[in-house]
Amino acid sequence: MTGAAPRPGLAPRGENLLAVEGLKMHFPIRKGLFGKTGGYVYAVDGVSFEIQAGETLGLVGESGCGKTTVGRCLLRLYEPTAGRILFDGVDITRLPERRLLRFRSQAQMIFQDPYSSLNPRLRVRDIIGEALRVHRLCDGDWRERVRELMLEVGLPPDLMARYPHEFSGGQRQRIGIARALAMSPRLIVADEPVSALDVSIQAQVINLLEKLKRRYSPSCLVIAHDLAVVEHISDRIAVMYLGKLVEVASDTALIGRPAHPYTQALLRAVPQARPGAKKRRRSLLTGDVPSPIRPPPGCRFHPRCPAAVPRCRTEEPLLAEVEPGHWAACFRPGGA
Amino acid sequence: MPPPESTSAVEEALDPLPRPADLLLRKIWHLRLGVLGAFLIAGLVFIAVFVPYVSPHDPYEQNITARLLPPSWMEGGRPEYLLGTDHVGRDLFSRLLYGSRISLTVGLAAVLVQVVIGIALGLWAGYYGGAADSAVSFMVNVMMGFPFILLAMSLVVVLGPSLQNIILALGLTGWPVFTRVTRMETLRLREQEFVLAARSLALGVPRILLGHILPNLLPSLLVLVTFEVARAIIRESLLSFLGLGIQPPTPSWGTMLAEGRDYMLFEWRLAALPGLAIFLSAMGINLLGDAVRDLTDPHMRKS
Repeated sequence: MTGAAPRPGLAPRGENLLAVEGLKMHFPIRKGLFGKTGGYVYAVDGVSFEIQAGETLGLVGESGCGKTTVGRCLLRLYEPTAGRILFDGVDITRLPERRLLRFRSQAQMIFQDPYSSLNPRLRVRDIIGEALRVHRLCDGDWRERVRELMLEVGLPPDLMARYPHEFSGGQRQRIGIARALAMSPRLIVADEPVSALDVSIQAQVINLLEKLKRRYSPSCLVIAHDLAVVEHISDRIAVMYLGKLVEVASDTALIGRPAHPYTQALLRAVPQARPGAKKRRRSLLTGDVPSPIRPPPGCRFHPRCPAAVPRCRTEEPLLAEVEPGHWAACFRPGGA
Repeated sequence: MPPPESTSAVEEALDPLPRPADLLLRKIWHLRLGVLGAFLIAGLVFIAVFVPYVSPHDPYEQNITARLLPPSWMEGGRPEYLLGTDHVGRDLFSRLLYGSRISLTVGLAAVLVQVVIGIALGLWAGYYGGAADSAVSFMVNVMMGFPFILLAMSLVVVLGPSLQNIILALGLTGWPVFTRVTRMETLRLREQEFVLAARSLALGVPRILLGHILPNLLPSLLVLVTFEVARAIIRESLLSFLGLGIQPPTPSWGTMLAEGRDYMLFEWRLAALPGLAIFLSAMGINLLGDAVRDLTDPHMRKS
């Protein structure tokens, strides 16, 4: 059953900026001479969550689990197969293209790859300032605003006439952040913002993101495959596996009391540097992620789950509250 | 301590690598051909622009008393007709010089038509994919499968042979090359994150296509343009040779070649010299195009 999507809990404070309900994105696979649809990749298969104004939600999962697809659907870079995405109460999946402008100016993306995300043929000032210029978003000289934005992200404004290839990976990611900031967004989707960077640069970029969050307090969806990155900057964390959310909780609850066996396995994979921390079970997950073209029946995690029971093979667990504000999609939460 | 032989063995092993001097020579050799091409093209353009000042005679002026004269340095030649005259007594040299105007005009204008149609369709098909892509790809395949000469000839027959119609016929038959390259590259680029970024900045599709995707295609398109100009010049000559191109008495190299064919057995220069002019122009453009490609290809730039 996938129709009635459960709604993972909210802390009582604050207003929802974004509500995702039953989001599905199925990519058709074309085959043969006449491009017949020979099946679907179930990249995202019924995902629901909410993000409050000013809140940061971390979205983690292995590569290929559909987390990037979720992020791109949120900005309507993909047309979702089903589901609703309410931004400020307006369903953006139904907005006609010409009315997207207002929404697009309020939701921006920071991309994973600092190389392919900057057009090699544009100068930095045009990369950051094109939208300002085209949409007439600033009163004065748009170059002045570009200068401010560059200072804001820690780039020397004198370099605004340079081309992207003259910058390092970390600097390029800063350019991408400045481009997103130029639109003064209320929602920022950061898709693996640091995974392509050196570890030493990762910390700098994360610190920059935190500084900007304090300053502008946008809502954020931070996508990562690495819990350590997400744990640092998120208020709540959602864990995704093969197109579905398996657990959503506040960062402390999720790290401290993981309920889903997959989350537990992810946490075991994080190297520990805390002397005296409770010894965790050493066993790591075996096997590969099943193909999203033919997802397993029942709970999608059951072929790899150490706690699976016969029921997991036939029936699909829905997200249920295991404690206030802590949701998990498992028949035996916490019971591995 | 290693024996001294080993160091020389290492040196020997390293020796097959090209020395920097060789690489430089190779580069100069590449550039030399390009420079030759550039000179040929510069000469062609210079002549085409300044031909009224350079040409010794009016290319249409007939002199019945001076028909089929040999070049000036041969017996019976006259000093005022440098390369001799044709069958109605027109100065061959002046006509050759004026022919550069036709060739260059047709070459550039036909490629302009090709570029506009080809790039527009390629961007559209590549960016939207789906039905648009299927339709455009089908059209390209049909055009590519059709013999060019048949299509161009039918167009000229229907439209009538004039300079504009020849340009149109060459342009309307030659665009699929540009569509293929543009479509493939657009297909690749539209998935790049910088295009997604442009979309999320709410930039319009025309701006994304022309401002973000097209600039990344320019190097490969520039190379294609040079080769296509050469091809259009040859095709114009071909149409003119068949009598469907530029009509006599207008001095087109292809027309002159066709006229000269009747006298080929005893005055071979009448056919050979226009042919040589076509050959030199096309080769010059191709050499230049090769050099442009080498200079814009990052792999070549490194070596």
